[in-house]
Amino acid sequence: MIEVRLFATLRNNRGKIIYLEPEKYTDGMQVLEHFQIPREDVAIFLVNGSHSDPSGPIKDGDILAIFPPVGGG
Amino acid sequence: MAGSYYEKIARINLTTGEIKIEKLDMELARKFIGGRGLGTKILYDEGVATVDPLSPENKLIYITGPMTGSASPSSGRYMVVTKSPLTGMIACSNSGGIWGAKLKYAGWDALIVEGEAPEWTYINITDDKIELLNAEKYFGMMSEEIDNALKAVHGEKASVLNIGPAGENQVLMAAIMNDKDRAAGRSGVGAVMGSKKLKAIVVSASRTNIEDIIYDIEALKEANRDCLGIIRENGVTGQGLKTYGTAVLVNIVNNIGSFPTKNWQESYYEKGDDISGETLVDTYLVKNSACHRCPIACGRVVNVNGKVVGGPEYEPLWAYGGNCDNNDLNVIDEANMLCNELGLDAISVPCTIAAAMELYQRGYIKEEECDGVPLEWGSTKALIEWTKRIGQPDSPLAKLMSSGSARLCEYYGHPEYSMSVKKQEMPAYDARGIQGIGITYATSNRGGCHVRGYMISPEVLGLPQQLDRTVTDDKAFWAKTFQDLTAVIDSMGNCLFTSFALGAPQYAALLNAATGTTYTPEELLVVGDRIYNIERMFNKAAGMKPEDDRLPKRLMEEPITNGPSKGQVSKIKLTLPQYYEARGWVDAFPTDETLKKLGLEECVGK
Repeated sequence: MIEVRLFATLRNNRGKIIYLEPEKYTDGMQVLEHFQIPREDVAIFLVNGSHSDPSGPIKDGDILAIFPPVGGG
Repeated sequence: MAGSYYEKIARINLTTGEIKIEKLDMELARKFIGGRGLGTKILYDEGVATVDPLSPENKLIYITGPMTGSASPSSGRYMVVTKSPLTGMIACSNSGGIWGAKLKYAGWDALIVEGEAPEWTYINITDDKIELLNAEKYFGMMSEEIDNALKAVHGEKASVLNIGPAGENQVLMAAIMNDKDRAAGRSGVGAVMGSKKLKAIVVSASRTNIEDIIYDIEALKEANRDCLGIIRENGVTGQGLKTYGTAVLVNIVNNIGSFPTKNWQESYYEKGDDISGETLVDTYLVKNSACHRCPIACGRVVNVNGKVVGGPEYEPLWAYGGNCDNNDLNVIDEANMLCNELGLDAISVPCTIAAAMELYQRGYIKEEECDGVPLEWGSTKALIEWTKRIGQPDSPLAKLMSSGSARLCEYYGHPEYSMSVKKQEMPAYDARGIQGIGITYATSNRGGCHVRGYMISPEVLGLPQQLDRTVTDDKAFWAKTFQDLTAVIDSMGNCLFTSFALGAPQYAALLNAATGTTYTPEELLVVGDRIYNIERMFNKAAGMKPEDDRLPKRLMEEPITNGPSKGQVSKIKLTLPQYYEARGWVDAFPTDETLKKLGLEECVGK
């Protein structure tokens, strides 16, 4: 399974943690399309804790964490 | 009148009661801008570096910047500059709210407070009139209580700065509070105020703006419009901070595995979402709030057991949360409220409790020392009770803890469990998983601190561009640049959070319009470099040694034990020499050539 964690406003009407079948999703853009999240709404896209480009490959067992533009200090 | 300064400083001697009005040295103001830079230069020139921080010889400088109170974004900031009793080095703590703007509206660039009052005293300022009044009846009052009491005397339009019981008790982590829940929180500046028996400063002003001293009002309006547009368009400053506050960082930093947990023994907190900004919005958040003239409005207002109060920033959410293995958000809100009421640093205090919990875990602190409240991981009772005890210490262990984690751990023979730099506790980002922030922790002139060069912007948030957090390449250069720009912003009197959207060109435009200077962005960064170096020279005079620029051993020798950054350690030994080279420093201090290049000839040979 691919674990998708959504944060901040991306959770609205989508949920917090969603599991996806790995055979249907081979890159991050397909995951964004599944959730109908426009690419420009994504500021941070983590694959297993590493900053990644959503167009990169994903595989079974990966944990994705997706954030809109947010910050602080 | 020079642009954006009233050219007036009040020197208030609490020992003699004498109040002198001095003219601001405009040459110094041009060279050091104001706020953090000018305050440090004054303190250095007046020989404060070598005095005992809690003696009458120490001085407390409350100082605005040229932009404080102006029509520029997030311009409510003032600085408290003094010698820190926690670190023994330079302290510059910065706060928002409206008190700083009111001080400027009253016509003052700065107050320099000296000596020690014979009895508890407060300062009342109404425009150009300054008086010292007896504060004995306010002694012992919590921060909000004295704020209300002094407004009842001086009017609702007055703004109140004060210390709570922690400052009175000279707790080394005592904050200075203003406008109830805003804090000049770090480095124990509240203890210095307490040592002078100064309980509060009340400011009332007839002015409601500083247009009478702006060099070019039209140019400032134009620069401000430009900045506001950029801030609104930026996802972080336009919407992100307003909606979730700084608390939104909990999930981000946890998901990259750099969220120090159980006093940095781990760096991923399984229950992180329970204490996140998202959960805060869904549970205890009442509304957001804003400081003076701030379009970002990141402040949190929360409901704590029926009381509506200022809510926690990211730092206390982490420090009272994962760092103490606690996922009870309501308890974090309550502990944060206690820090505000007692007047305590809501970073250093919970980090000291976390260090005490590790000492307890390892058997160095015994149960019988804990007066019925054992320091067990995740104990909500311990978090609340030990916060109260640190603010008003009356047992041997509470007294030790009130002096911070470095002295506590040293006492028990295990300084390695104090997660501090220069005796000040590090904030909420693990420098093993984020290489650049470690450089700014190690080299921060005020000790462990994230807002002296917020490398989290490029390394985690991708602003202004995404850097790989795990590598060291170019990080020394980035760290220096961020430190220099931050020194400029802190000296101008704008909030650092504007820098998520703005850069040196916008700050130069604002400053030039307000003051009549002609700085290019590059020249402004040189001013920042100068400010960083005068702070370093203050520390040198105060007895700082090269080995004080170091990270705790744990970060270099104990790889992260869990989560996405498992196995990583800090490579500070590699990056520190690169940083010194970028600064023009040898063995942690500027060379004479560097000092001359920066226009600090007076420091040559010192």
